Amino acid sequence: MLWIKNGIVVDPKNKIKAEKMDIFVKNGKIVSEKEVKKEECKVIDASGKLVVAGGVDMHAHIAGSKINTGRTMRPEEMRVVRNIAGKFRATVGRVLLTAPAIGYEYAKMGYTTSFEAAQPPVGALHTHEELDAIPMIDKGALPVFGNWHLVFKCIEEKNIEKLKALIAWAIERTKGFGVKVVNPGGVEAWMYGGNVKSLDDQVPGFNVTPREIITMLIKANEELGLPHSVHLHCNNLGVPGNFQTTIESIKLAKGFSNSKRQVLHVTHVQFNAYAGSSWRDAASGAAEIAKVVNSMDNVTIDMGQPIFGHATAMTGDAPFQFTLHKLTGARWSNKDTEVETGAGIVPLVYLPNNPVHALQWAIGLELGLLVDSNKVALTTDYPNGGPFTEYPYVMAMLMSKKMREGELSRVNAYVQKATGLASIDVEKTLYEVIHMTRSLPARILGLENKGHLGIGADADIAIYNLNPLETDTSRDFEKVYKAFKVAEYTIKAGEIISKNGEIVNEVFGRTFWVDARKKADIEAVMKDVKDYFQYYSVQLGNYGVEERWIRKPERLEVV
Amino acid sequence: MQVVQDVVCTFCGSVCDDGEFDVEKKKVKKFCRLGSSKFSEKERIKAPMVDGKEVSYETAIEKAAEILANAKRPLLYGWASTANEAIRLGVILAEKLGGVYDQCASVCHAPGTLAVIEEGLPGATLGSIKNRADVVIFWGANPAEAHPRHGLRYSISAKGLLVKDRKQRKVVVVDVRPTKTAKMADLFVQIKPGYDYAVISALRAIISGNADVLPSEVGGVPKEKLIELAELMKSARYGAILYGLGVTQSRGRDRNIENAIKLIQLLNRTNRWVIWPMRGHYNVVGAGEVPAWEAGYQYAIDFSRGYPRFSPAEFSAVEVLKRKDCDAALIVASDPAAHFPAVAVKHLKQIPVIQIDPFPNMTTLLAKVVIPSAVYGIEAEGTAYRMDGIPLRLKKILETNYWTDEKILEELLKRVEKLKG
Repeated sequence: MLWIKNGIVVDPKNKIKAEKMDIFVKNGKIVSEKEVKKEECKVIDASGKLVVAGGVDMHAHIAGSKINTGRTMRPEEMRVVRNIAGKFRATVGRVLLTAPAIGYEYAKMGYTTSFEAAQPPVGALHTHEELDAIPMIDKGALPVFGNWHLVFKCIEEKNIEKLKALIAWAIERTKGFGVKVVNPGGVEAWMYGGNVKSLDDQVPGFNVTPREIITMLIKANEELGLPHSVHLHCNNLGVPGNFQTTIESIKLAKGFSNSKRQVLHVTHVQFNAYAGSSWRDAASGAAEIAKVVNSMDNVTIDMGQPIFGHATAMTGDAPFQFTLHKLTGARWSNKDTEVETGAGIVPLVYLPNNPVHALQWAIGLELGLLVDSNKVALTTDYPNGGPFTEYPYVMAMLMSKKMREGELSRVNAYVQKATGLASIDVEKTLYEVIHMTRSLPARILGLENKGHLGIGADADIAIYNLNPLETDTSRDFEKVYKAFKVAEYTIKAGEIISKNGEIVNEVFGRTFWVDARKKADIEAVMKDVKDYFQYYSVQLGNYGVEERWIRKPERLEVV
Repeated sequence: MQVVQDVVCTFCGSVCDDGEFDVEKKKVKKFCRLGSSKFSEKERIKAPMVDGKEVSYETAIEKAAEILANAKRPLLYGWASTANEAIRLGVILAEKLGGVYDQCASVCHAPGTLAVIEEGLPGATLGSIKNRADVVIFWGANPAEAHPRHGLRYSISAKGLLVKDRKQRKVVVVDVRPTKTAKMADLFVQIKPGYDYAVISALRAIISGNADVLPSEVGGVPKEKLIELAELMKSARYGAILYGLGVTQSRGRDRNIENAIKLIQLLNRTNRWVIWPMRGHYNVVGAGEVPAWEAGYQYAIDFSRGYPRFSPAEFSAVEVLKRKDCDAALIVASDPAAHFPAVAVKHLKQIPVIQIDPFPNMTTLLAKVVIPSAVYGIEAEGTAYRMDGIPLRLKKILETNYWTDEKILEELLKRVEKLKG
């Protein structure tokens, strides 16, 4: 039992704006005062400290064959030593981190949940092995559907029942959490050396278009009633002028509704928010995208904010990765995966003096500032935009125009004419930024017990050395940054796991997965699945992951 | 008659997963000669031993823990023929001990890993190759003998989505001698030993439009034949180079692979090409992937400073042994005494060796502590990665009294933690 005393609580889901109050914890949950025996509680004095829910990262590449190939390809990333072996594990990594390092670094920063954003279905067992190796946090993974031949077949036939059955079957088999879509149709086109360029391009070999793929997957996802919406990485990522494709894709959500959450989440939008016709005249399309997102009540986005310094581009968007390799001449890994998907990896460094990188940096911030705080979650698309350990930098930037002015003066002046960042006066409040890093990503994912401190919530709590009642977040940005970098206390499921940046207790969190089998007639698709398995190199009987192979599985059943 | 379906083979890197195991007869169907022999009854190490005397598992593990905890820098080597669960414990044990973790790749496909560090790995799963590859080149690889069902299941005569049968696929073998695989090829290119790099460079020159700079012959191959091969590569819709030890362990080693990857990068500007190593042991991929996520590197990892350091020229097992830079060794699922150079084996004979293995081998003869284990895929369940990284769950089909590698290492780790405090 825990008694967090006298803290200043900010809890946007429960509309608590910086109130001095006590929080009680029992059996890993937040409980009311009368549920605990105070004399048996461990007391944490949080006087004058900020008390919030543990951070929720809704989109990061933390486990599976992509990040692990990244590690293999980039031993230079592993030369940064973060922890020496002793009571706890040795951890290393600059931006790419080892699995133990991922858990420790999230915990130090007050984050307690993170979701792997792209899992090739056939590789699910590998993803889960790595998720199991990450200590401290709760986790989950999103299997990819946007280039899977079986999905194309259901869509060609316009058979929604079959598509629902396929999704329910696949997320059960992969112990996945929802429906991720990466460059729909484009990765299949890459198998022939191409890509798709618009929502209406036909996918080679199939009578389907990206527009149909996205729309039908949203329809199936909503009819199944999955906790999370379709999670879309748009077509044309990284291409100047792509903001129009992004807007068109966002508008595909029109006509669908869900009382609990968005029906479409568009991810790392920064990479899909470019105006212009080439990198010579590229500019920001953030304002136009923000306008559209703000005008709709069923779409959310996350930033994909670049952080100056090292990064590694790794996505399921294999054709984009090859383009990036040609552009930079850097190392390139690629993985065409059965008849399901593909992926690529290219090292990257964001330089403040480089006009394109500065532009990307500014666009990420524009999106964070211009989009309604109830619709934009904070991410760096780790490790594509850079480390998740710099979330505090992004938080501080969103809250302080003064900080942005300082940063703007050290980046390439191209951003002054190509973006509107300098003229944006918006300063997000602490309440909004806490929402963007806790309650909003939890709501977007459909995790009801995460991201808030209401009764019954998981006791994932972060305490920061920052008094919101006495801090001017606009002026004291350095203090804000420092406070969020290292939580004074990180509490996971009621246990103190990290204190002032030191790991004090190694725990292993749960892996959430969604079981929607009752919402679909699985048999409707099994004949096609069996037929398609002739094009696999594994037996259908050996496909998938059993619950007992996972360390702490947590099944969320959709009924 | 009870028959277990979809049995996963734990012999070579092809990890065929379509076996049918007759529990009464203890015989497997569908697997090749190599796989079938793994699944038939064989001589086993009968019981745990210390100094040749049979003891209990507990006693043997206690002795092993003592040896390891008292060592300054133990070498933990092998890992390619066990499951990921055991490998993970092995990495954590090496970290706890301040020892060296190394695995079989360091004497096998590790030059390919070095090339990945230089240029990346533009690859594909075997299923993609089976469905799409209309040109397959085996370079310094002889699957007909080393991976007998590879051709049938994934590459030569595999029936795929776009490439329906053998007739629709061109198969090329590049090797220093006419191998069994070469006899199945549409085109065989025989090169002089040690000339892989030069031949790859020649192909790059031709494909980038600089054929005129070539002499009349490169690496024993006439220019006309090289042009023929380059034209075939350019005409492929989707091509794959599958390379073997003939490239990684001949002159040039990692530079050969690096050059080949550059060739692949060039080809992808006009048509799709991928490259992938023909990995040997059934879970040698896991032996590299697991330490990569646990410690950041695939092999040759030293933990003596309390954090992982990677340096193949220093910390690969042969180098460590040659330098006499380890004072104890734990050998799991491997036989370095039979396969390492004499000078390395010489040091192995002088230090206390602990072996964990289901089967007796040369290393058993020099081991102080021998701990027999269950065979993964037959007597034990666990995860392994096929040569292309596809994860497969190995099945437990038969009951056994042997402990699994995972259980042995779990106990060993516990005791080492106690001794180390």
